[in-house]
Amino acid sequence: MAALNTILYLVVFPGILFLFVYSTFVEWFDRKVFARLQNRMGPTHTGKSGLLQPIADFVKLMAKEDIVPDKADKKMFSALPVVGLAIVITAGLLLPVWNIDLASPGPISFPGDLIVILYLLSLPTLVLFLAGWSSTNAFSIIGGTRVLTMLFGYEVPLFLAVLSPAVLAGSWRMAEIAAFYRAHPLLLLVNLIGFVVALISVQAKLERTPFDIPHAETEIVGGTFTEYSGKKLAFFRLMADIEMVVAAGLLATVFMGGFGGGILSAFVQFIAKTLLVVFLLTVLRAVTGRIRVDQVVSFAWKWLAPLAVLQLLIVILIKGFVL
Amino acid sequence: MKFNIPIGPQHPALKEPISIRLSVEGEVIRDADLRLGYNHRGVEKLAEEKSYIQNIYLCERICGICSHSHSTCFVQGAEKLLEIEPPRRGVYIRYLVSELERVHSHLLWLGVAGHEAGFDTFFMYTWRDREIVMDLLEMISGNRVHYAINTLGGVRRDIDGPLKQKIFDGLAVLRERSEYYLKIGSSEPTFVARLAGVGRLTKQQAMDLCATGPTAKASGVALDVRKDDPHDFYDEVEFDVVTSDLCDVLGRTVVRIKEVLESYKICEQILRKLPDGPIAVKSPRRAKPGEVVSRYEAPRGENIHYIIANGTEKPERLKVRAPTLGNYAATIEMLRHGFIADVPLIFAAIDPCICCAERSVEMVDARSGEERTYRFSDLRRMANERARTLPLQRNVAWPL
Repeated sequence: MAALNTILYLVVFPGILFLFVYSTFVEWFDRKVFARLQNRMGPTHTGKSGLLQPIADFVKLMAKEDIVPDKADKKMFSALPVVGLAIVITAGLLLPVWNIDLASPGPISFPGDLIVILYLLSLPTLVLFLAGWSSTNAFSIIGGTRVLTMLFGYEVPLFLAVLSPAVLAGSWRMAEIAAFYRAHPLLLLVNLIGFVVALISVQAKLERTPFDIPHAETEIVGGTFTEYSGKKLAFFRLMADIEMVVAAGLLATVFMGGFGGGILSAFVQFIAKTLLVVFLLTVLRAVTGRIRVDQVVSFAWKWLAPLAVLQLLIVILIKGFVL
Repeated sequence: MKFNIPIGPQHPALKEPISIRLSVEGEVIRDADLRLGYNHRGVEKLAEEKSYIQNIYLCERICGICSHSHSTCFVQGAEKLLEIEPPRRGVYIRYLVSELERVHSHLLWLGVAGHEAGFDTFFMYTWRDREIVMDLLEMISGNRVHYAINTLGGVRRDIDGPLKQKIFDGLAVLRERSEYYLKIGSSEPTFVARLAGVGRLTKQQAMDLCATGPTAKASGVALDVRKDDPHDFYDEVEFDVVTSDLCDVLGRTVVRIKEVLESYKICEQILRKLPDGPIAVKSPRRAKPGEVVSRYEAPRGENIHYIIANGTEKPERLKVRAPTLGNYAATIEMLRHGFIADVPLIFAAIDPCICCAERSVEMVDARSGEERTYRFSDLRRMANERARTLPLQRNVAWPL
């Protein structure tokens, strides 16, 4: 029975199948909202209101010709999409998507899982850099270096912002943090600055406007993905979608009190809260233009990092004097 | 460490082929150079083989965006040579289309600038509203792109009362939208951060390098043919020449949006003052020998056509100086000391119409990289030489 549970957990919920279906839905949601904000229709034809469009895109890409450049490091070039996908799915498994019994949590919730998920979310950045680098295309290499340059900007603010609610809750375990905030919902308001910082950092991590610099199409064509096609590109796109779901889930867990109640209630909360985060990310994408890579780093260190430190300070003061 | 990177002739930021050669140190551009001639179409040669009336439609096809500006520039000159005076109503309708074309061109550019800066929402909005002016142009002329409304001695289509009202209504919507874009374009933080200080061109440089159009106006040079040399009727309407002292891409954006607002003003005055009478007079087929220079303020800057007549029904020579050509020298100066990431933005900011400005071809030796300009007779001699010296191939199988 335990084995069956584990398999169900890995493959069905919240494993590969659920993440695949939900991430395509999130991509549709993102595209539709983005399009409506731009006064366009967005996907309409495939499925009801174009719901199946991301899946259709995925299937189409899987069937396309798969080209590996002659000069590329072939093994690495081919392995990276799969590795990247595996990393984000692993990160997805760590999300406390149901009400975990903190007394007997099972394998997925452990003290410090917050740190693990943050690191698992950092790895795709490295994968993208290596993908750009191993393509040996000039545009890909520039894209790859831009990926790394941006990492130095947003990573520290993101870690600081996500860790401050954890400090307030006094735990490195996501399920415990979520349970703490469910018990004290008013304390969520303390973390508002951190939420904004984390939202912007996640936008940078997901390489969406205004931070879509590594694949700025008017400057460097496809950036890191210039040489990727077919299945590999499909995997990379799926990776980006799942990364968005996981990042939204992480923010919802840490800043919005997670997903409590029974399985059904937790599921509904998961959908609603992640969609809210994705909606905010989409609005951010629609109302901004792309900035330069040096502007990202200076913005991150001039604004995001000090704000994140301020958040940490507020949290420490409240923890010391109020609680 | 300095090294050279080529941008183009094929590059995603370039809608048409041109080669920009950059000498860069890290991300900073130290020197830049342009190479033209990838899109030569032989328009000037073709013009010598067509009659004046046919040449209107040829000139219209020099540019796909400011098509009316080339045909108007040609018609202005040809009418002088043919010694005819178009009736006032014809002139008013002609320049109504001119100003509407300026609106559509600038709105198109705004969208492109938004896209180059990664601000796609701006792109979608401006292009949606551009449809309003495109529809107006279609209602007036019957066409969306090549209006074909000019003819020697006037215009080909008249405007009636209901259409006039439709144009007024469309302009009212457009004015409201343009004011909104002016607000967005000069206040949206990421957009401004991306455009401000990019591609600097001082007033002195703009004058020295003969920049034209919005590029010069954004550097504080009030250069506008409509004011400096008020042809036909521009002294009868009130408008201001918009300038900006920002001297960068942001300034060029602001100038273009404000210029659109001025165009609405002109359009409304034209419609209110529209005189009665015929729209065209009959034109002779032959022009007396002579020459004429025609200037016209196209959306991109000053457009110059030089026509020589030799007494027949075809011009002896037609020389076209598209405004883009006037801005190339300034572009090189703007690219210097910029970032590589800004190249598409700086280059797009002059609103380049590359194939309009192509007047020559440069031959590059593929092996040595040596560049030479050949005369047509040289090319013919070389071709004959090669045909004579090549060994005759017998029994060559037809490849298909």
